[in-house]
Amino acid sequence: MSEEGTLVASGVTHSFAGTKVLDGIDLRVSRGSVVAILGPSGSGKTTLLHILGGLLTPDAGRVDRPFERPAFVFQEPLLLPWRTARGNVAFGLAGLRLARSERLSRARTMLVKVGLGQDDAVLYPHQLSGGMKKRVALARALAIEPDVLLLDEAFSALDVGLSREMQQLVRLDAQERGVTVVLVTHDLSEAVRLADRVIVLAGRPGRIATRLSIDRPARLRDDAFVEAEIRRIAALEAIRDAFRPTLSG
Amino acid sequence: MPRISWRRLAGGERRWAVLGLGAVIALWEIGHRVYGDFVLPSPLATIAALGRLGASGDLWPAVVTTARDALSGFLAATLAGSLLGGLAGRSTPIRAMLQPIATLLIGVPAIAWVVLSLLWFGGSGLAATFSVAIAVGPVVFAAAVQGTRTVDGGLRTMARAFRVPFGAMIVDVYLPHVLSYLLPALGTALAMSWKVAVMAELLSGTGGIGDGLAAARAEVDTAKTMAWVVVVVALLLIVERLVIEPVRRYFETWRHGLPGEAA
Ligand SMILES: Nc1ncnc2c1ncn2[C@@H]1O[C@H](COP(=O)(O)OP(=O)(O)O)[C@@H](O)[C@H]1O
Ligand SMILES: [Mg+2]
Repeated sequence: MSEEGTLVASGVTHSFAGTKVLDGIDLRVSRGSVVAILGPSGSGKTTLLHILGGLLTPDAGRVDRPFERPAFVFQEPLLLPWRTARGNVAFGLAGLRLARSERLSRARTMLVKVGLGQDDAVLYPHQLSGGMKKRVALARALAIEPDVLLLDEAFSALDVGLSREMQQLVRLDAQERGVTVVLVTHDLSEAVRLADRVIVLAGRPGRIATRLSIDRPARLRDDAFVEAEIRRIAALEAIRDAFRPTLSG
Repeated sequence: MPRISWRRLAGGERRWAVLGLGAVIALWEIGHRVYGDFVLPSPLATIAALGRLGASGDLWPAVVTTARDALSGFLAATLAGSLLGGLAGRSTPIRAMLQPIATLLIGVPAIAWVVLSLLWFGGSGLAATFSVAIAVGPVVFAAAVQGTRTVDGGLRTMARAFRVPFGAMIVDVYLPHVLSYLLPALGTALAMSWKVAVMAELLSGTGGIGDGLAAARAEVDTAKTMAWVVVVVALLLIVERLVIEPVRRYFETWRHGLPGEAA
């Protein structure tokens, strides 16, 4: 029933200390596609992403993960404080059989791609701004040339221009190599720019409130299209319901 | 590396250090004037006694023996303590089993270990090494447990997510953090090692500074006793400076300016 390389979750349910946070999540992400998980904070997006990536075993349900080289950008940067930016990117490559010099040169190249130059590469995390740390984390993930990329609010600490640039980088990289991307966000415009399909999580425990698809190919989405699409989606009853609890506090 | 520390010390800290040391020597001299040669020989007389020890050829072999006893015990304690501590930090059953034992061992007075190990190992050089290792090991163990337990769970998850091999996990995720707990403990452990080694030598009479102290006591030679004390302290300071301090400085680069870490 499943095509080659499809990430499939069925009936995924999970609790923390007796409190159910995810309930009956069904989800398919076909190879090379981009799926956005959208929802208010606390709706279980991070938990679902960790389950999809195999970092957390759900209480119930099953997940097929037909991939070999997953890469994460976590909600927190999670950089080693005792390693420089370059050392941190190289650390992500420790699982690949590469010579040390090869690792470092890959790390340097990837840092340049996320806009961090020679001078930034030798800084320690406590010397980097929040946005720079996020970009180091992104570079660490992209550097391993993953077959699936799991992004948890990867662009949220960045200012608008930079965030657009990084989104572009991920999109191009994913398209070029046919990477499957699952990205978690609470930002509708991010979802509309990048995703082929969007699932909206809402409520406690989190359930899938609605599913959307965005049909125009990502590279053809201009600002006008994105704006119109955001307006269309934001007007949907299901979306308004999903985000209502956070709006009213 | 030492150059950095001297420059920083010269900024004013060093002046205070010299002042403190000067005060001790002044008090020593005053004590000497008040109580006389027998109770407290003057600093100069102590230096002279030290010179005689050197000239007689007793000094160097004693230093070598004590260093061997203290450092071999310290090394054994460090290896066993950090290995077991690391395991105990990661595994609750192992921790539950080992922690009470460590507490028990810490409770035994060092001098009791000396007596026991003399009974067990007799006059062989092993008695001092064993006493040091068993007295100091639990201190290292406790620090290693604490360090391993407090490793950032997020970083562990991250390393797991990137499928980082076991060796890199230990070296890059655990070790730097654990060392921030371990290094201060190792400083304390090292100082303890010298004391216990000297104590064991004093009772076993198999050479070393402790043996020298025992001889000085038998000869009722206070100046010689003081000279041996100066030797132990000097040795301790030298090893601190040469071993512990450079390692500490190396691992401090990234900590400089971390929240909660005074720069
Ligand atoms: N490790 C954990 N232990 C206990 N509760 C957790 C843990 N992680 C998340 N939660 C709870 O699960 C719910 C969903 O969290 P999360 O998946 O982080 O949501 P989101 O990413 O959408 O903000 C929240 O109520 C949160 O408090
Ligand atoms: Mg989250």
